[in-house]
Amino acid sequence: MELIIKNGHIIDPSQGMDLIGDIYIRDGLISKVGQGEKDEGGVQVIDATGLYVFPGLIDMHTHLREPGFEYKETIKSGTRAAVKGGFTSVCCMPNTKPVNDNETVTEFIVIKAKSEGFCNVFPIGAITKRQEGKELAEMGMMRDAGAVAFSDDGWPVMDSLMMRRALEYSTVFKAPVISHAEDLSLSNDGVMNEGYLSTTLGLRGIPAQSEVIAIKRDIELAGLTGGRLHIAHVSTAGGVMAIREAKSRGILVTAETCPHYLHLTEEAANGYNTAAKVNPPLRTQKDVEAVREGLIDGTIDVIATDHAPHHRDDKLCEFDRAAFGISGLEIAFSLSYALVKEGLLPLSKLIEKMTIRPAQVLNINKGTLREGADADIAIVNLDKEFVVDTEKFVSKGKNTPFHGRHLSGLPVITICQGNIRYNFNNDIIMDGI
Amino acid sequence: MEKDLLDIKSATAADIELILNTASSFKDVLSRDIKKVPTLRGKTAVNLFFEPSTRTKTSFELAEKRLSTDVVNFVVPTSSVAKGETLYDTIKTIESYGIDFIIIRHQCSGVPHFISKISNASVINAGDGINEHPTQALLDAFTIKEQKGRIAGLKIAIVGDILHSRVAKSNIYCLKKLGAKIRLIAPHTLIPAGIEHDVAEIYHDVESGIAGMDVIMALRIQQERQSGGFFSSTDEYFKFWGLTLKRLGKASPDVIVMHPGPMNRGVEIASDAADSRHSVINSQVTNGLAVRMAVLYLLDNARPKGFQISD
Amino acid sequence: MIRRQLLDEHDIARILSRMAHEIIERNHGCEGVCIVGIHRAGVYVAKRLVDKIRLIEGVDVAVASLDISFYRDDLNRRKSHPVVRKTEMPIDINDKKIILVDDVLFTGRTIRAAMDALNDFGRPSEIQLAVLIDRGHRELPIRADYVGKNIPTSRSENIKVMLKEDADADMVLVIREGDD
Repeated sequence: MELIIKNGHIIDPSQGMDLIGDIYIRDGLISKVGQGEKDEGGVQVIDATGLYVFPGLIDMHTHLREPGFEYKETIKSGTRAAVKGGFTSVCCMPNTKPVNDNETVTEFIVIKAKSEGFCNVFPIGAITKRQEGKELAEMGMMRDAGAVAFSDDGWPVMDSLMMRRALEYSTVFKAPVISHAEDLSLSNDGVMNEGYLSTTLGLRGIPAQSEVIAIKRDIELAGLTGGRLHIAHVSTAGGVMAIREAKSRGILVTAETCPHYLHLTEEAANGYNTAAKVNPPLRTQKDVEAVREGLIDGTIDVIATDHAPHHRDDKLCEFDRAAFGISGLEIAFSLSYALVKEGLLPLSKLIEKMTIRPAQVLNINKGTLREGADADIAIVNLDKEFVVDTEKFVSKGKNTPFHGRHLSGLPVITICQGNIRYNFNNDIIMDGI
Repeated sequence: MEKDLLDIKSATAADIELILNTASSFKDVLSRDIKKVPTLRGKTAVNLFFEPSTRTKTSFELAEKRLSTDVVNFVVPTSSVAKGETLYDTIKTIESYGIDFIIIRHQCSGVPHFISKISNASVINAGDGINEHPTQALLDAFTIKEQKGRIAGLKIAIVGDILHSRVAKSNIYCLKKLGAKIRLIAPHTLIPAGIEHDVAEIYHDVESGIAGMDVIMALRIQQERQSGGFFSSTDEYFKFWGLTLKRLGKASPDVIVMHPGPMNRGVEIASDAADSRHSVINSQVTNGLAVRMAVLYLLDNARPKGFQISD
Repeated sequence: MIRRQLLDEHDIARILSRMAHEIIERNHGCEGVCIVGIHRAGVYVAKRLVDKIRLIEGVDVAVASLDISFYRDDLNRRKSHPVVRKTEMPIDINDKKIILVDDVLFTGRTIRAAMDALNDFGRPSEIQLAVLIDRGHRELPIRADYVGKNIPTSRSENIKVMLKEDADADMVLVIREGDD
């Protein structure tokens, strides 16, 4: 199997590469990146003239819902959405049914992804059994089965001692602990950001401090233990400040945010719009600006999607009872690219935060176009403008507050381990790896 | 007027005045021997109550009947909702009967807005979660106007659990739009975030808060707020924030005292205040009927023509 | 739009005088008579008739006003709600001779609604109808007992009665859409 991507604008932050050239792929690996090489006969050629070529994007925060919630998403439908969005690797959170808290579930996901998935799937194991926050899950066995990180996403570890143990114990397995930073008692069953708007809507508010306090606690525990802490979906100005300060103290902490925290405020939920119900909740303009600032100055390392697909019925209901979450994989790149268009972030910096940085955080051998690396590649038409239409989502989750938004920067071809898994031009998504 | 009455927050002062003026004509109807008019003959209203309610439901039902509307009561006990059909399906089922009005009370804020989006019927909010209770605010405004002759410029205090009170919220929006000067009186724990945008003053001390007020509205204190940590005990609440006749002495001499009911005597209000000459609590009930008739009448005319059942 | 004046202040005054005489004549005086104006212009006409009767007979006839919004049969067909005005019925109408008064008699539907409204207040011994203008086009079997002036119109025309109570001058206009 041979494939050549010709004449594309290649950007690979892992090696500081920014050039117009060709990529040669052999046996699913990148064999050469260069300029002016001669065509070889019998080789499939992709003409990437006018297009950008990046390492395949990595989403380190995805909910694939399988096993247990296949009506919301499956490994197949979720990874299909991933490659449509330019992602070649996704890390799926453990809040499935059963919870991914043991090697059997981890193995199930790995095997299922190999047979049905469109891209690489890296499971994230639970920190505690059943995500109950009481007993440590079998981190080592899960790691051996393929887990790359541990998280109780959705059900934060409220017990500080348990979180301390998790940060200590996980260091043995060299996998980060990803903290869904939320003080549940302070959130008090809230459904949106606390403020004047929540008051006027009569909805219970989640104060920003609910996130800030939890981030600060986990940072202190990381300092105490020397554990590898990664803060998921940072949404508040206070959270960004806390992480910036921790990094300046030399604490081993990394952080991610999501496209919706870069673009939307709580206003999106006005009128009881359940599509904008997400946890952590959309905050204020001040928070959006601080999160953007954190992304620009490097406080926030990674852009992840927190792709949280839900069934229509989970959102077509009372706001209080609607599920939290936004379906994000298919438009995450375009939304993030908007910051480049606004002149806030250099393109290479954005690609770094969606490729090599998450690979480094997770300690996985991905996110690069170095010779010999897996041929995971995203080809993107940065000029292509489009309007978000949830009906065209291939994810089962059509839940997004971005429906109808004008965006530009569209992934057009996604290659995973040398195979074209998505091609916008003929709308082919090839089956099976 | 819009198709629905979902909240007071988005109503205009002109809408409110129109409702109050129309209610005044309905109040005349209610004083006749024949208290019924044929205005909404052939129309059907469903009272869809997901929360127990005696007063509001009775008031709506009587208002509907006095307008010659056919009435269907659909009471859904809270306990069976969790595993029952979805709200969407409930509404679609009800709508298939060819309903013109849905009067909805629900424990979740925003449910009337949700129903409005999926239904062609006129939706009237009879109380949603901790959001709003628009007809209560309208009847309170009607009562104040009746007692005081005006609302603009009046000094009105709302005392009690503002945080959990949809009555307080609707009253704040309504009275503000009509030009009253609103003061809230409550412990810090019962004041919602950002409400200072909508009121003139916030007091935490009841004695100084009541001073000079023309109207005092007491709100119901629910026992379960005690376990939620919003105050320590009903006894302490009464001692520090309860409305007593003695405390009323600090208010304007012709102050009126209101309460949306049902009252907890000895918690938020003392009997000597509730039964004093200042109390207008019973006229609130009569006025509620007239106001709800006005709302039904005005919304009926606002409904788009060519009404059809659709999915 | 074409506006043509049909009656002026003096015409209207003469017509009302004549109608007052007719009412007195037909009812052999004013015993048990109550004049009920239909909002809005009907109320003004009713009050003027009462004034005329006072000049002629030297008695004050009872007068009331009636809003028929709650009794209309076209609520579903209208784009906006009619403004509800105060009904003032200060007297017991049981066994009274009620003279309903309106400015213009057209389809008859307003009068039907007014009679329904009156019935909710009691049982008059008799209801008579007085109108300033009858423009025809009846849709119900209703006929006026006292007519100020018959003005045959087409459906596209409109009759506008302006009275000093809420206009600059007394006059009756016929208004036609389009140009000549």
